Amino acid sequence: MTPRRIEFEILRYDPDKMQKPEFQTYLVPCEEDWVVLDALNYIKDELDRTLSYRWSCHMAVCGSCSMMINGEPTLSCKSFVRDLPNQVCIEPLNNFPIERDLVVVLDDFLGKLNSVKPYLIPREKKSLEEGVYLQSPAQLKKFKQFTLCINCTLCYAACPQYAHDENFVGPAALALAHRYNLDSRDVGRTARQDVVASNLGIWECSFVGACSEVCPHGVDPAGAIQQAKIASTGDYFMDLILPGRKS
Amino acid sequence: MSRRPYFRTVSRYGWWFAHPRYLRYMARELSSAFVGAYGGLVMFALWRLWQGEAEWNALVGFLQSPPSIGFHLVALAFALYHTITWFNVTPKAMPVQIGDRQFPGGIIVGTHYFVWAVVSLALFILAGAGT
Repeated sequence: MTPRRIEFEILRYDPDKMQKPEFQTYLVPCEEDWVVLDALNYIKDELDRTLSYRWSCHMAVCGSCSMMINGEPTLSCKSFVRDLPNQVCIEPLNNFPIERDLVVVLDDFLGKLNSVKPYLIPREKKSLEEGVYLQSPAQLKKFKQFTLCINCTLCYAACPQYAHDENFVGPAALALAHRYNLDSRDVGRTARQDVVASNLGIWECSFVGACSEVCPHGVDPAGAIQQAKIASTGDYFMDLILPGRKS
Repeated sequence: MSRRPYFRTVSRYGWWFAHPRYLRYMARELSSAFVGAYGGLVMFALWRLWQGEAEWNALVGFLQSPPSIGFHLVALAFALYHTITWFNVTPKAMPVQIGDRQFPGGIIVGTHYFVWAVVSLALFILAGAGT
């Protein structure tokens, strides 16, 4: 089959040479089964070696190749060119500073991810000899959906709340906190609440739901945040009824 | 090679035109204003009823005017949009799991519609009994 020629308009930024990002256009002969990442690799290999972008697995697992494709936060390895028009606009992810071309600075996100203690905090630490922490399928089912996050940050690029207040902890980090809070092996909820249940945590979310719409793995961060809001509201009333209770 | 990250700014106003999903969200937020305004109108009507028959009849006369009917139609449309959009997201906020099986979202949404219908019917019967 004859390759289809698609015009890729890519936002370029070289901090050494440019004051601000500018679009550059490339005409790429695309095969029918290509994804946008293949087209970027073609540009890099055949047309312009200076183009910078992140990628790794090419199968929607690593979450590295996130970018804005025609205004939509998308994994470029999951976006087939056959589904796109003859002109495609590619920009770095919204709501993040641009490091170079399509590479964004993720330091803020990684800091927030760390702030919610996204790891198991067991009641008692077991030694390796004592074996694993046991869990039933029903207990696993409660949070399994939220384990599927690949930290691609598409949800941050879609979130207008994060766009307007960079201090918002954000969808992926809050969903991951909820994932551990729901885990039967974990007792770290109280330790996470300072961040999660703060004004910049779940209460900053106004439930636009864009995060869940763009999530490539159906994690539904918006759902996680609303569930966490209900749980925190329960805490508030329980504290009113039973002041000084042990949470 | 140096590091000089470029920060793009987002417009504080008008961002909701950037994507239909933001516009849908803003419509849902706006619907709250109409739901609130109608709630205020009901409170005002109760106050007029408490004041006496003449005041109540004057209000009923106003409610039958074209601007009032127009407001009611718009408020009804927004109230329906508000209710339907919120009911549709209830399975996200309140998932129900029994054993290792999760309740289908349709049942959770359907239960809300069912309770809505029952409460509405009860109110109609109550209002009918009062006349």
